[in-house]
Amino acid sequence: MTSAGATISVRYTGMLGRFKLDVAFDVPMRGITALFGPSGCGKTTVLRCMAGLNRVPGRLVIGGEVWQDDAAGKFLAPNERSIGYVFQEASLFAHLSVRGNLLYGYRRALRKGARANTTFDEVVELLGIGPLIDRATGELSGGERQRIALGRALLAQPQLFLMDEPLSALDRMTKEEILPYLEKLRTASSIPVFYVSHDMSEVERLADQMVLLNSGRVAAVGPLNALMTDPRLPIARSPQASTILEARVGPYSAEDGLTVLDIGGEKLLVPRRITKESGTDRVRIDASDVSLAADRPSLTTILNIVPVRVKDIHPLDDAQVNVLCGIGHRDGGPVLLVRITRRALRVLDFAQGQDIYAQVKAVSLIGSSTAPLWGSPVEMI
Amino acid sequence: MIPPMSGIEEIWSPIRLTLALASITTIVLLVVGTPIGWWLARSKAPWKEAVAAVIALPLVLPPTVLGFYLLLALGPHGPGGLIGGLFGLRTLAFTFQALVIGSVLYSMPFVVQPVRNAFEAIGNRPLEVASTLRATPWDAFWTVAVPLARPGFMTGAVLGFAHTVGEFGVVLMIGGNIPGKTKVLSVAIYDYVESLQWTQAHILAGGMLVFSFVVILSMMLLEKRITRPGT
Repeated sequence: MTSAGATISVRYTGMLGRFKLDVAFDVPMRGITALFGPSGCGKTTVLRCMAGLNRVPGRLVIGGEVWQDDAAGKFLAPNERSIGYVFQEASLFAHLSVRGNLLYGYRRALRKGARANTTFDEVVELLGIGPLIDRATGELSGGERQRIALGRALLAQPQLFLMDEPLSALDRMTKEEILPYLEKLRTASSIPVFYVSHDMSEVERLADQMVLLNSGRVAAVGPLNALMTDPRLPIARSPQASTILEARVGPYSAEDGLTVLDIGGEKLLVPRRITKESGTDRVRIDASDVSLAADRPSLTTILNIVPVRVKDIHPLDDAQVNVLCGIGHRDGGPVLLVRITRRALRVLDFAQGQDIYAQVKAVSLIGSSTAPLWGSPVEMI
Repeated sequence: MIPPMSGIEEIWSPIRLTLALASITTIVLLVVGTPIGWWLARSKAPWKEAVAAVIALPLVLPPTVLGFYLLLALGPHGPGGLIGGLFGLRTLAFTFQALVIGSVLYSMPFVVQPVRNAFEAIGNRPLEVASTLRATPWDAFWTVAVPLARPGFMTGAVLGFAHTVGEFGVVLMIGGNIPGKTKVLSVAIYDYVESLQWTQAHILAGGMLVFSFVVILSMMLLEKRITRPGT
């Protein structure tokens, strides 16, 4: 059903109470799409409209299937949409056991003719909830509850996963407990996910593409790193501006204790042993952890020196500029955002298209599989 | 002193009648009160509080006032008389059916209020969750709302039953005092006292005292279960 070219097309224009929503965007029907923006920007409203829990006039098409089209007078009720919705609070049914909760949507979906693509045992295995199955919901911890809620939604055989800040009600430790499961879900299933969040670190870790919302309007749509490094958007102008890159895990050298990561054909060394079955991982490089040099520096303690090509230079404030580079001395390499001072730029006089070198001081691994399942992402220098 | 056989029957008859009346009334109230409580809990109609006030009227109205209007309604010139006419009756007043109708109206707030509170306490979220899990509104009502509101139903049933057992004024107005037909417990006690039959009055009054205590105690234990953490 999910072909590579399938898209999710979202159009809403209208009022919900006093809130004006005016959004229109298309995203590919795969991976995790983050709905990101400040609180009150309408991201939860968009998600609830997609679920049919709220109604704002518009049109919603999921891979060719029309779920809402007010021009044609069509609106599917939430129970007629094959979604899996995860709320901010787990919202488990208090009158049912964990098993009863998990099977609630499963039974109904199958009764309505859905194919059991995801079985009970698979979900129990994926989320590690075997020991919880016969408990009462009141005996569970916050993280356990949210895992059951995830499993319950997954078992409803959704065609589309909608998650409304599923981690925001949890403390930091519990978040770190759940995040690996969300990452596993991303790799284990092909169900597209819409993920509402106001926490950039969650988005960095999970999202493939992003919809930036502001006051009920779409500020930008695109692949995660393209939006994060876009100098015209507020994220790249914030002090935490950074680049998110997909890395292929290469060989580990026992002598130095370093692992090679391949990023767009260039090598990065990280001081840690990394093994990963799928061979890819995600790294974050803070814009202020990178410096630029006109020639390849020779006598330096910095291990990671990457050839880059200057793509664009954007003034930031009185003292700093954002330099957008492409990795590799070629066009079309992955984009790296670098923050330097105006003074350095004046002295070195970089120009668009110039081939230079980036010295990367720190690389953060933000994929979970690099850390033990219950650990937090490890910062590496 | 043990009363003679006929005396025992004389005491048992109002007890049986009262239990029958209270049971039927409670069942009718649960059937009628559930949709009303649901509507009051979930409707956004601005005039719903007016409806709630009408249902709550018996809380403050003297039972004789309610009984008086019911007597008119059920009598030969009221709608009750017309309906009774279909079955060859001149009036519905002074019948067991009249007692049921009167008790239902009189005990209505004691069932509707806890049911409404329970539905309100559930909130919208569980029903939204159910709808995202493919449950139709009807399905969600029976499999989510009603089970979650169970404490409210139990409170309402206990209160409705007990309140019906204890009613006096309305019964006297519309039921009269016909042994085996409309002579319920509270009226019987009044009768015994009037005719100075203290032993019988003691048996019934003492029984009521114990019954009421058990009801209040079970209510309190029920409340405690509702507020128990982690459910």
